Amino acid sequence: MEKFMYLFRGGGRLNQSPEEWQAQMHKWYQWITSLQQKGTYVSGDPLQAAGKQLSGTAKVLTDGPYTEAKEVVGGYLVVLANDIDHAVEIAKDCPIFEENGHLEVRPIQKMG
Amino acid sequence: MSLTSDNAAGPLVDHLFRHEAGKMVAVLTRLFGIGNMSQAEDIVHDTLLKALESWKFGNIPANPEAWLYMVARNKAIDLIRRNKLKRKIDNDLTISLQSEYTLAPAIGELFGPCEIADSQLRMMFACCYPALSAEAQITLILNVLCGLSAKEIAAAFLTQTDTINKRLYRSKERLRKENKPLDYPGEHEILKRTETVLKALYLLFSEGYCSAHPDLHIREDLCEEAMRLVILLTEHPKTNLPQANALMALMCYQASRLGSRINDNGNIVLLEDQDRSKWHKYLVEKGNDYLVLSANGPDLHEYQIEAAIAGVHANSASFDDTDWQLILRLYDRLVIITGNPVAELNRCIALARTGELSAAVEKMESLSGISDNYYYKTSLGELNYQTGNIAVAKELFEAAFLQANTLAEKELLQRKLELCCF
Repeated sequence: MEKFMYLFRGGGRLNQSPEEWQAQMHKWYQWITSLQQKGTYVSGDPLQAAGKQLSGTAKVLTDGPYTEAKEVVGGYLVVLANDIDHAVEIAKDCPIFEENGHLEVRPIQKMG
Repeated sequence: MSLTSDNAAGPLVDHLFRHEAGKMVAVLTRLFGIGNMSQAEDIVHDTLLKALESWKFGNIPANPEAWLYMVARNKAIDLIRRNKLKRKIDNDLTISLQSEYTLAPAIGELFGPCEIADSQLRMMFACCYPALSAEAQITLILNVLCGLSAKEIAAAFLTQTDTINKRLYRSKERLRKENKPLDYPGEHEILKRTETVLKALYLLFSEGYCSAHPDLHIREDLCEEAMRLVILLTEHPKTNLPQANALMALMCYQASRLGSRINDNGNIVLLEDQDRSKWHKYLVEKGNDYLVLSANGPDLHEYQIEAAIAGVHANSASFDDTDWQLILRLYDRLVIITGNPVAELNRCIALARTGELSAAVEKMESLSGISDNYYYKTSLGELNYQTGNIAVAKELFEAAFLQANTLAEKELLQRKLELCCF
């Protein structure tokens, strides 16, 4: 099994009421739980919207990401899969697509 | 207390988000004052969205409520520190909020269980502000205390979202203009104001109980919300009145039959045909308990009689075992206390059940101010059918058919009309 990282962008709330947000929450819970039951899930965390950027030889410090909200990484997940196709297959059930969000699948580079 | 037992397995209890929304709006409005309610609502909105974003990657906290309260509390402290409230806070907390030493502890205390219930009760009185129509009161309760959106309220009342939005806007404007601290009514007023609250909750319950909404869950949700709020009233010394317990008893008895009133095909099942083994035993027992608790006041309240009547039905082993004499005597009292023609109508039905069929028809025909009522036509039709006046019965059923609001009611009358044709 290989490790893959899912990077989540965009998505977020679809609806207008607490009851609907909870229903949306529940879909994520079910998806994550199914990954855990299959032994696919390794770890995952949300990322706060605020942050700092350091860049260049001068180590210029700026606030941000400050890109468009839909381009900010809102969270990540590390999963185990046979290969990239398998990792993509697993990702297809993610509720973020109902929210019109974006999921990037990246193999984690094995060293040595 | 869940009427439906399909609690989808998950770490969050059913309706957690909207129930917590109601609690937090109440607490923050208690803190900020009713003039700043929209800012309280904004904080709650942001808090729930933050929960959604933070929890969805598999990190639901062990105590979700505490997490929400912490976020909401910090947002509130931030708003006060930065002086961003639209109106100055002017209540018993003002002094504690002016010092950094007491600011956070004072706000933290408001999120304790007793203080939350206290804020919810204060909010209930605010929503049932006497100058607002009953309709507006119920809509406010559902939105502010139960966390339902305008769209969801509109669905439950089978009306337009726009209508509900306008009603909410106007009612909130009205409350905002008052800009009073979120407080209990004074001692001389609290009894009367509690009556208004009970009445609104009773209407809310009836809306769920009587409407044959295509979506069963919406009906049950309304009943459940009404019961949840009456329980709050009975748990607080200031509002734990006999009539509150009586109303709770009535709701328990009626809710115990919720699942038996409509069959799998969506047809209405009348009391005499209901499968009593399907009645919710726990709720019947709860009803009995609350009825006992309601009996410690000097006066007899209409809710006590209504509950007692519902209790006779709920505790009868079968329709034939029903003590109609007792029910008739209870309706006699109810008619005296309320003078309500619907009570008179029900008294006539009970009278017929004791065997006084022709007296019941005669009495019912003499009732005034109710002859246009759908239930009146159906009931009088039924009594006429039983006395053999099939032609009169048929006419009344036909008239009722035209007034029926729901498919289930129409189907029931269709069945009655078919019987008239044999």
